[in-house]
Amino acid sequence: MKRIFIYKRFERIWHWTQALLVIVLALTGFNIHYGWGVLEFQQAVVLHKIFAWCFVVLIAFAIFWHLTTGEWKQYVPGRGNVIEMAMFYLFGIFRNEEHPVKKTTLSKLNPLQQLSYIVLKILVIPIMVTSGFLYYYFNDWGVVGIEHWPLTPVALIHTIGAFALIAGMIAHIYLTTTGHTPLSNIRAMITGWEELEDESD
Amino acid sequence: MKHKLRKRIWLGGLTAIVTIPILLLGAMAQSGDAPGADETPQTSTPHAPKVNGIIPGSATADHSKFEELQVDFPDGPSVTAACLSCHTEASKQIMKTSHWTWICHRAKALMLKENKPAIGKAEHIINNFCIALASNEPRCTSCHAGYGWKNKDFDFTDETLVDCLVCHDQTGTYKKYPTGAGHPVYAKDFPDGREWPKGSGKMMSPVDLTNIAQNVGTPTRHNCGTCHFFGGGGEGVKHGDMDVQLDNQLGLPHRSLDVHMAADGANFNCTQCHTTKDHQVAGRCFEYGAYDEREFVMRGIETNLLACESCHSARPHPVTSRVNEDGEVRELTWMERSRNSKLNQHSDKVSCQACHIPTMAREKATKMWWDWSKAGQKDENGKGIVKKYDVKGEQAYEYHFKKGEFIWAKDEVPDYIWFNGTMKHTFMGDKIDDVTPVRDKCNHEHGRFDKIDLDKPVVWINRVETGYDDPKARIWPAKVHRGIQPYDPVNKTLVIPKLFPGSGDDKGEAYWKCFDWGRSITAGMAYAGLEYSGEYDWIQTEMIWPLKHTVAPKEDAVQCLECHSRDGRLHDLVGFYMPGRDYSPILDWIGILMIVGALGVAILHGLLRILLGTKG
Repeated sequence: MKRIFIYKRFERIWHWTQALLVIVLALTGFNIHYGWGVLEFQQAVVLHKIFAWCFVVLIAFAIFWHLTTGEWKQYVPGRGNVIEMAMFYLFGIFRNEEHPVKKTTLSKLNPLQQLSYIVLKILVIPIMVTSGFLYYYFNDWGVVGIEHWPLTPVALIHTIGAFALIAGMIAHIYLTTTGHTPLSNIRAMITGWEELEDESD
Repeated sequence: MKHKLRKRIWLGGLTAIVTIPILLLGAMAQSGDAPGADETPQTSTPHAPKVNGIIPGSATADHSKFEELQVDFPDGPSVTAACLSCHTEASKQIMKTSHWTWICHRAKALMLKENKPAIGKAEHIINNFCIALASNEPRCTSCHAGYGWKNKDFDFTDETLVDCLVCHDQTGTYKKYPTGAGHPVYAKDFPDGREWPKGSGKMMSPVDLTNIAQNVGTPTRHNCGTCHFFGGGGEGVKHGDMDVQLDNQLGLPHRSLDVHMAADGANFNCTQCHTTKDHQVAGRCFEYGAYDEREFVMRGIETNLLACESCHSARPHPVTSRVNEDGEVRELTWMERSRNSKLNQHSDKVSCQACHIPTMAREKATKMWWDWSKAGQKDENGKGIVKKYDVKGEQAYEYHFKKGEFIWAKDEVPDYIWFNGTMKHTFMGDKIDDVTPVRDKCNHEHGRFDKIDLDKPVVWINRVETGYDDPKARIWPAKVHRGIQPYDPVNKTLVIPKLFPGSGDDKGEAYWKCFDWGRSITAGMAYAGLEYSGEYDWIQTEMIWPLKHTVAPKEDAVQCLECHSRDGRLHDLVGFYMPGRDYSPILDWIGILMIVGALGVAILHGLLRILLGTKG
């Protein structure tokens, strides 16, 4: 057994803030979409807007951090491949096979994580942010000369993206239980320190 | 050192991001920030200025001191003659207005310029209430601002025939006799009064013309209401937003019915918005909108204040502070600011009326359905059948042998339409479509207060030819009056029946005398000079009455969810995406499947791991 420091303070705060924001955005968003929930429609709308702006501020911090610290390199594919990872979660894990990719401070993401997070960061979140802001500021489309665009596709893209994010979050939470112990990954994201199996050293 | 500073900046920013949402949630829970939750409903606005036209002592002339009016007037025209001896231009001005001509003055101007038809009650216009003026004059023209329009021979150039008193009487005792072609009951003809309704034993007293002539002033709601509260032949029949509940003489309306006209509040008269110049009253007429631009206007420069925006601007909801009822300026909460700025954004597509007139006919029922084809039923003794029924605590006609079958509505959610201020009318003589069933034309051509048969055709007596894409069109509340009325199946035109007997040679042909539709239509069409094949049939019709009066206090405004929900008020107003109402069923199902799928896979995968006793 060995403990390594894997998640820096910013990463942890960023991660949990983002998690919180995604959850409250989903709650307020579906409150609007389905017309029911704990909040009144107008409260849900106003909060959704404010949380969205918080999210944008967070993203700005995150981009700055990734660029200045060089952590963006974590997402560059290199070690192992996605298929190998998928096969591990589909079969190997049940046979107690060893995780195909070692986790280190310098390289903490496996290829499946890399792919998922790249899709999340450069596809899903930008689409959600863009469609969301277009949606909310619908009345100001004339300012950028797109007042003749229809709202429907924007709204539908934003909706399906929300569903996808929730589904992804469920998978993400489940996969945290596949570490050294069911809670070791979550503990690592809270404390920064992760327990790794000895043989992986 | 540098490192530490950087760290501090980072931490500061991050702490803010984390704490803001939490603080907001806390604030939400604490304030329970429902719309107007902190604004207790009020019954009066004590700080509101009295802007009515009936402030005692506000006039500079006391008409009771004028010698010209110290006369025992025999009839209305003699009073008018006395008025004209000082107000020399009054009748000339009146004669240019639609109150006299019953032709839309704006239409008339266009008629001269662009050869468009003159439209008004007096020409071309047909409706689905009492259908048309021609041949029914003495009854209809009891609401004419004149004396004696009992048939086509009325002299529209005789200045003494203008009725000054109906608009200017301040005693509240001046009443035109309902079938008197504009005349009230005169003492010289009926010293003991005249019976109305016929056979009821109730008498309408003769009017005291001298007293009335000595007590004149600028028109109040009561004056306008003398006719306009009774459009369609009875109180509240036509408009859905105008009835005796607005009458200042009765100390009405309550603030809950109309926040502007409230007797104990701002107490607006009609002319506060329907501004008047040279007796020309601003307003919408048939195809012509009430105003061209809905924008803030400077009083005294623009004469037309009919748009809500004329006073309230297009961004009426305050986003920084507001004045409380006690006159104190209160800063708005962040929730109110954000909500109000979103509400302001609605004003490009949603009329003020849509949210601020929460229901139509709030205090008095209005007629929604009129089926003329059912008229004429008599009981075994040959007596005409009359039935009433309860409409939210009010007795309303369900059936009347003279008029047919009715449905009324009181305090009900209106229909909603795209409306840009203008309408298209089906005029007398216009070819109508009597084939296409309603369901092929429109998917929602039936309301909660009618018996429209979707498999049969419907004629739109007026219609709004606009929609979401029209930048001038906005969502408006409307009363839609539907019914069944006679038409000519050969010429394919709506027809005019002679309903009211009157005093002409053809009075025996009136439906209310002979109860024979064939004869009454023949007489009506002959009088109007229109082509009639001799055959008649029945057709469904529909007429739209946009609502604009009875603006409720802000705490009674329609709430978001009333429309932003799947089965809300705007359910039928299709053609645009509205949050909360619209969604793609397929995408929603795919989304739910994704979530359920992710959960399912996680559970299965986890169970397998536990069962197989593998790591983790």
